Amino acid sequence: MSENGYILEMNNITKRFPGVLALDKVTLKVRPATVHALMGENGAGKSTLMKCLFGIYVRDEGDVILDGQPVNFSGALDAIEHGIAMIHQELHPEPHLSVMENIWLGRFPIKGIVVDYKKMYNDTRDLLERLNLHLDPKALVKTLSVSQIQSIEIAKAVSFNAKVIIMDEPTSSLTSDEVDHLFTIINDLRSKGVAIIYISHKMEEIKKISDEVSIMRDGTMIGTWNAADLTTDMIISKMVGRDMSNRFPPKTNKPGEVYMRVEGFSSIHDRSFQDVSFELRRGEILGLGGLVGAQRTELVEAIFGLRALRAGKLYLDGKEIRVHNSTDAMDNGIALLTEDRKGSGIFPVLGVGENTYIAVYKRLARFLGLINGRRCNELAEESIERLSIKTPSIRTPMNSLSGGNQQKVLFARWLLTEPEVLLLDEPTRGIDVGAKYEIYTIMADLAAQGKCVVMISSEMPELIGMADRVMVMCEGKKAGELEGDAINEEEIMRLATKFMV
Amino acid sequence: MDATNKTSKKLIRFLGDNAITLCLVVLVVVIICINPKFFSFNVLRDVLLQNATKLIMACGMMFVLISGGVDLSAGRILGLAAVLTASLGQTIDYSRRFYPNMPDIPIIVPFLVALAVCMLLGLFNGTVIAKFAIPPFIVTLGTQVIAWGVNLLYFDLPPNSSQPIGGVKKSITYMGSGLLGGKVPVIILIALAVTLAVWFILKKLRFGRNVYAVGGNAEAANVSGIKVTATLIGVYGIAGLLYGLAGFLECARTGGATSAYGLNYEFDAIASCVVGGVSNTGGIGTVPGMVVGVLIFGIINYGLTFIGVNPYWQQIIKGIIIIAAVGFDIRKNLRRK
Repeated sequence: MSENGYILEMNNITKRFPGVLALDKVTLKVRPATVHALMGENGAGKSTLMKCLFGIYVRDEGDVILDGQPVNFSGALDAIEHGIAMIHQELHPEPHLSVMENIWLGRFPIKGIVVDYKKMYNDTRDLLERLNLHLDPKALVKTLSVSQIQSIEIAKAVSFNAKVIIMDEPTSSLTSDEVDHLFTIINDLRSKGVAIIYISHKMEEIKKISDEVSIMRDGTMIGTWNAADLTTDMIISKMVGRDMSNRFPPKTNKPGEVYMRVEGFSSIHDRSFQDVSFELRRGEILGLGGLVGAQRTELVEAIFGLRALRAGKLYLDGKEIRVHNSTDAMDNGIALLTEDRKGSGIFPVLGVGENTYIAVYKRLARFLGLINGRRCNELAEESIERLSIKTPSIRTPMNSLSGGNQQKVLFARWLLTEPEVLLLDEPTRGIDVGAKYEIYTIMADLAAQGKCVVMISSEMPELIGMADRVMVMCEGKKAGELEGDAINEEEIMRLATKFMV
Repeated sequence: MDATNKTSKKLIRFLGDNAITLCLVVLVVVIICINPKFFSFNVLRDVLLQNATKLIMACGMMFVLISGGVDLSAGRILGLAAVLTASLGQTIDYSRRFYPNMPDIPIIVPFLVALAVCMLLGLFNGTVIAKFAIPPFIVTLGTQVIAWGVNLLYFDLPPNSSQPIGGVKKSITYMGSGLLGGKVPVIILIALAVTLAVWFILKKLRFGRNVYAVGGNAEAANVSGIKVTATLIGVYGIAGLLYGLAGFLECARTGGATSAYGLNYEFDAIASCVVGGVSNTGGIGTVPGMVVGVLIFGIINYGLTFIGVNPYWQQIIKGIIIIAAVGFDIRKNLRRK
């Protein structure tokens, strides 16, 4: 360790891209045996900084000092050999190989000319034991959960004797139990002297796990603080550079008469949702709470006609309607913003414009399906203006937009279908605080116009801050509804675990 | 300094975006420098004439590639269409007729039969791919073999017994080698009309835009109310229809057919498309790009022979162009990210 007590120092890192100063003299110093949270909105420069550390980008100025020695890595492999490893948000293991093969990939122990599987097995078992991970070294990775795969990545980093491990949004697809398990591993690593750089948007986690917090904004480092000295509101205001004591727009909704009624919805799969009924009023935001696996996504997808039902009736404005596919749902004024933005939301290589009006071609088409191109462009421009979507042009490919802007484009797409009922599945997942606020405002506007909004959310503050009423599901069944002051963390949690044994 | 820098960046970007078109221009200029006679109406006509059916094939393949698939059955479907056309389109006084006792039938019959059979094969491809979610590579590989088998069985029917079929009517061969106004080959006009129609469908019609959407992200297309299954069936159906038309014209151009027609044509079509910037993973591709792709291979074939390059070299050059063009495209996209 260097004399000044830091294991890793990045000093005055500057990185320019054509026309943009991506990093402006950014300094980050990490002590050993600490969890150091790195925070900032999307685009603040966190990933650019990490890429400069790993040598994926060549920095224009500044130096990196590891353990007192200046270093210049040429990529992730070079870095990990020097004891710096990164656990990415999206993991890409070799699914058809075993746990141990994934850990030792590229450096299999050799006996003569053949792979020494026995040594590999023993080493892996010892390694997993040291981390208290109960995994079979021979299990195929494709049979494991996301959380287990993440543990393997961590084990791999430890096998390189990593002194610094960077975790990029490690909890974004974990259940709360799995998060607890991850935190146990992190605490264990910290006690063994490893420094963790923890990148996350989730305030509650940061306060729970981190020792120090560094906050970035617009390519600059705002500062580093002791985690204990910061409140959530302080973190947010430092991240966005303005006071955000109000994370949610004020609740001014005045729910009207009942518009949609769901009666006895049961999936054809026994393990999915069963006998769920609820009502939805005009001008109301109904929160849908529950733990991962509560079958909330399955329920709204069934309402939208994407999943088959064994039983259940759907009424709109008192009339029973039948929805067999997405077209039926759209014809009846129902819209669904899916949870998986990349998988079932955006068209990555198509233009931003096309991504907005793609669901209303039916309405825009004339004789033989001839599309009115000018009308399309007008609609796209109007949407971009209305939702203040930041894009160079309507022809820009969707995949070059930030997550928040992509989400706004998807909102624009559904708004163009002129829906009465909006089913929003985790509408703010993976987007930064500023964009979240804009999405909340859009939702509040919709409710004010008398639309019905259903919002699935796994973030308690979001449910509490946005919903007029919260329906909580547990293991496929409706656990209860909360209204007014009853909407609080304890009540939601109690209902979310109601049927668990 | 900054201004010149900006201009040069713009220029580099422009060159990058139009690399294949520039490649085509350079190729033509180099050939003209070596042999100025290359710069003539007749050469242009010959190049287009040779590549008219390939252009139609590539039009069909383009639909499939944009939808995120691939079609290995294209060549053999074309071959079947050519044999059907020849067998039903012979003159009544030809000595070795496929159907010796058949009365004289209008040429609309072979035309419609060829197109209908090919379209059915295409619809079969699309249905199996969309309904059973079997990868297009596998399904069309199967159809390729089936189409060839059907062709061999049909071609072997007595009294023909696998002999080359000739004696195709003048009214059919006119479409393949006739000249309109004594100057412009009819087949070129047909190919251009088809290309224009495909451009119109892909660019202007709801169906065409849906093809891009399905190729860009089938899941998202489904959620957005696009009928993915119907779109895919339509894509392969149209592709089959176009292969059928190409087969009809191939027979018209050569005045006959054998069961060997169409072998490996699908690879020419795929190569032209991807060199012309059609993504092999779906969602991307323009008709002008595809046309440039077809022309590049056409000019290499014709032009290099014209200036006396050993024809075997052409294959090697073509291979290099395929890899270089797609590699360049991928590098370019990587850099922009």
